[in-house]
Amino acid sequence: MEGQNITRVVLLACGSFNPITNMHLRMFELARDHLEDTGQYRVVKGIISAVGDSYKKKGLIEACHRVEMARLATEKSDWITVDSWESSQSEWLETAKVVRHHYEELLATQQNNDDVDTVKCAKKRRIQEDYIESTSQYKRRDGPQLMLLCGADVLESFGIPNLWKQEDIAEIVGRHGLVCISRCGNDPHKFIHQSDMLWKYRKNIHVVHEWVTNDISATHVRRALRRGRSVRYLLPDSVVYYIQEHSLYSAESEQKNADVVLAPIERYLGASSS
Amino acid sequence: MRMAIRRVPLVLLACGSFNPITNQHMRLFELARDHMHSTGLYQVVGGIVSPVSDGYGKQGLVEAKHRIAMAKLALQSSNWVTVDKWESQQPDWTETVVTLRYHYDHVLKEYEQSREKHNNSSGNSTPLSSPTPQLKLLCGADFLNTFKVPGLWRDDHVEEVAGRFGLVCVSRGGLQPERCVHESDTLSRHRHNIYLVREWVRNETSATEVRRALRRGLSVKYLIPDAVIEYIQQHNLYTEDSERRNEGMVLRPLSKQAQQPVKSLDD
Repeated sequence: MEGQNITRVVLLACGSFNPITNMHLRMFELARDHLEDTGQYRVVKGIISAVGDSYKKKGLIEACHRVEMARLATEKSDWITVDSWESSQSEWLETAKVVRHHYEELLATQQNNDDVDTVKCAKKRRIQEDYIESTSQYKRRDGPQLMLLCGADVLESFGIPNLWKQEDIAEIVGRHGLVCISRCGNDPHKFIHQSDMLWKYRKNIHVVHEWVTNDISATHVRRALRRGRSVRYLLPDSVVYYIQEHSLYSAESEQKNADVVLAPIERYLGASSS
Repeated sequence: MRMAIRRVPLVLLACGSFNPITNQHMRLFELARDHMHSTGLYQVVGGIVSPVSDGYGKQGLVEAKHRIAMAKLALQSSNWVTVDKWESQQPDWTETVVTLRYHYDHVLKEYEQSREKHNNSSGNSTPLSSPTPQLKLLCGADFLNTFKVPGLWRDDHVEEVAGRFGLVCVSRGGLQPERCVHESDTLSRHRHNIYLVREWVRNETSATEVRRALRRGLSVKYLIPDAVIEYIQQHNLYTEDSERRNEGMVLRPLSKQAQQPVKSLDD
């Protein structure tokens, strides 16, 4: 029987997943192992949320394909799922909004939960209290927690001008949490140390060191595909077949959005200049 | 009359512990095939995984029957790479060159048989003159480094592996393989027969790391095929005990070489 000190966690990964690779999937596994190893957490679910086409990143192919490939990749996983809410929005959404959406969904599910739980009533009471407190900066210990799962590059992107709103970063790390997978060459601890805001919420930032580098970047995969090279064993077989069947990733697809400004940059530059 | 360059049929043989087989091992084959095709000279027609026998005496080596079973599961979905148990079934550890010779004999026999079949069949005016197939050793850069370990390789064997057969060596970056070839007179002499393939993706997954993770109850999903993970769980392979197997034992090639007169550098 689980102690009441164990916090249930849902990991949310936002990204292009253009395409999904074994490295993305490994991140979930590493994060889960790390959190559970502390004895304080139990990871109950993983969510892959592909960014919408309106993100306008160079080489980003249609969301319908990216979501389907992620679905194929996680078919055989009993805890990682794919969510298409973000990708089906017409406008690009800030990550904080996506986190907020999934957190609200999480709370709603808890209320309707029909778990076989001997302390159901007490749980329900706690959840209602959590829901009321959800607007505060208070860190809940009882309810499930949503944490953003990402690589160290995303953490360091917090420092890129006009890419993130400061209040969004505060919301993600302050109210929720971050699980950051890093490897040789990154120094997330230093980055956290150098940022007052991140330093303030350092207890909510879990740095997982990937000792065995597995650098299967989607960029590399797309490059290999353009050149007619094999990508087998870098992605799940089902995804490799899907890519072949639909002839995704060519020199043309890589040129998509080549001369378009990335959505967040456009939004914030536009805002700051007005 | 235009002379078309006929590609040489090529089979790739990978020898190793495969303890256990990982996605990285299977990547070697994919990378090697792409590379050899892109030279315009070869047509890769097959790949063979040949797990070493238990007699190798390497620390942490689990029984060959398991390593073979896992490799079979991993390669179920491959239409060109297979597992061969000949080497693992030999009573003593087998030198790599002996394994190469054994497999090459088979490759040649099959080639002769299919040539006879083709020449004997009616209605064919032109005899098919496909070039003689070749067998090359497929390995990682770390393997290339083993050539300079004293007492591990016989000089005449290195000569035969590099000269008669040839190597396809996949490295994960860095100039080590080029340097390795450069620093060995034998390998340098046969550098035209040593194909160096660079894997740009930095992937340090190794069977050693996989075993470490398994010992610690950590996930190895997406590093090795699901079917292999299930097999490992069913048979409870890779524990602290299994890692201590052969502890303190001398690696068989070293003890075998020690029993034979060593060629001196003056020869």
